[in-house]
Amino acid sequence: MRNKYSIFSLIKNALSYHENWQRAWKDPSPKKEYDAIIVGGGGHGLATAYYLAKKHNMNNIAVVEKGWIGGGNTGRNTTIIRSNYLWDASAGLYDHALKIWEGLSQELNYNVMFSQRGVMNLAHNLQDVRDLKRRTHANRLNGIDAVYLSTEEVKKFCPIINTSPDIRYPVLGGTLQRRAGTARHDAVAWGYARGADSMGVDIIQNCEVKGIKRNGDSVEGIETTKGFIKTKKIGVVAAGHSSVIANMAGLRLPLESKPLQALVSEPVKPIIDTVVMSNAVHAYVSQSDKGELVIGAGTDDYVSYTQKGSHQIVEGTLNAILELYPIFSRMRMLRQWGGIVDICPDASPILSKTSIKGLYFNCGWGTGGFKATPGSGDLFAHTIANDEPHKLNAAFNLNRFVSGDLVDEHGAAAVAH
Amino acid sequence: MFLINCPYCGERDQQEFKAGGEAHIERPKQPTELSDDEWAEYLFMRKNIKGIQFERWNHAHGCRKWFNMVRDTSNDEIKAIYKMGEKPPSQ
Repeated sequence: MRNKYSIFSLIKNALSYHENWQRAWKDPSPKKEYDAIIVGGGGHGLATAYYLAKKHNMNNIAVVEKGWIGGGNTGRNTTIIRSNYLWDASAGLYDHALKIWEGLSQELNYNVMFSQRGVMNLAHNLQDVRDLKRRTHANRLNGIDAVYLSTEEVKKFCPIINTSPDIRYPVLGGTLQRRAGTARHDAVAWGYARGADSMGVDIIQNCEVKGIKRNGDSVEGIETTKGFIKTKKIGVVAAGHSSVIANMAGLRLPLESKPLQALVSEPVKPIIDTVVMSNAVHAYVSQSDKGELVIGAGTDDYVSYTQKGSHQIVEGTLNAILELYPIFSRMRMLRQWGGIVDICPDASPILSKTSIKGLYFNCGWGTGGFKATPGSGDLFAHTIANDEPHKLNAAFNLNRFVSGDLVDEHGAAAVAH
Repeated sequence: MFLINCPYCGERDQQEFKAGGEAHIERPKQPTELSDDEWAEYLFMRKNIKGIQFERWNHAHGCRKWFNMVRDTSNDEIKAIYKMGEKPPSQ
């Protein structure tokens, strides 16, 4: 077990000028064989390994990551956490995650800086108003906290929003989920890595998967840049590169990988103490603990693995931001980046067994995977350990694209996908 | 962001175009005889290649014509552009 982080360990290490902190996780070479291998060392993959070890006593497992852990979409998202989804299946999935978030820092002994500052979704036209009211009712029926706000209440909750009726898309109302908020994205990956490592999980970085070895209808292992590793169970959590791994196994997925952009401003004093999302004009903004405005833009419409994105997407988002928040007109943007998101036709994820025995996929989170990290890991671990989905992720199987039983969150979720 | 050489209008900013997804997915000739698996394959399953991909584009804010493109999705480099109905260039 790792040394516990506490006020005492902080004082003790301060006395030695913080030069003697223990490594948070090891840097092992791959063994010849594991009981299970997780492909992808982002938040979802590390969480999967953590819960496999913790809840299912699978300790002889490894996470292989082609770069460094948390260096993909885990480190590239806008850190928003909420569970106010329309459909029952989605509400169950995302609220399961939100409940784990609420105790995660304590459980991991790692401060993930989960901050329940609320997420507000704005309505800009009559259809938005109807949709958001409907979603509020659906959320309440599923036991998820949600309230509908009038324009005045929106203004009261976040005074810097321009609620003038004269703007191009005036604010007609909004919804608020108070339990929603943000967390520190890197800390989530690091906390799960530290927790998994202390239970014996090998986290192998700079190890790219080059092939999946099959024997008929079951898997035998993976070819990597660090050699062949034998295993009977492979859980793929490769986000934007899921199709690339699927192709190695001769499997087709209903995914398209597209660049999604985000940007941050220079740091300023606290100005916005919540998260505000607007579906219709596609602008969402929050403020990080460092003081930067964190702004999420949209996806491009073409397939690309470049981690860039088109300029007009950022321009469109900033136009909307400036109309809604005139106070930001002189803010300077510091950084802009893209991440590759794997989008399903129904904008819902896949947490599923496949037609190949021992091969499992956790993908299709599209533009909204970060919020689900703990729940996704927990349910995917259950699916791998038992070779059967948990009841909360049963609807998110790969077969829904054959049966037609889609979980259609396109546009029905709180933000456009 | 990149420039696209529309076969009808010449080189224009990518902003004027709309991506139409994977090309050469053939519409089922006998839709009534398709199994659920075949429908899923036609409607939803995509190659989503990292590398050379064949796709359709539309010059939405220009001549509004559709055409095909061969593009490397790992660096957004356009390899070839050809009109609808023409045979794709060999790799």
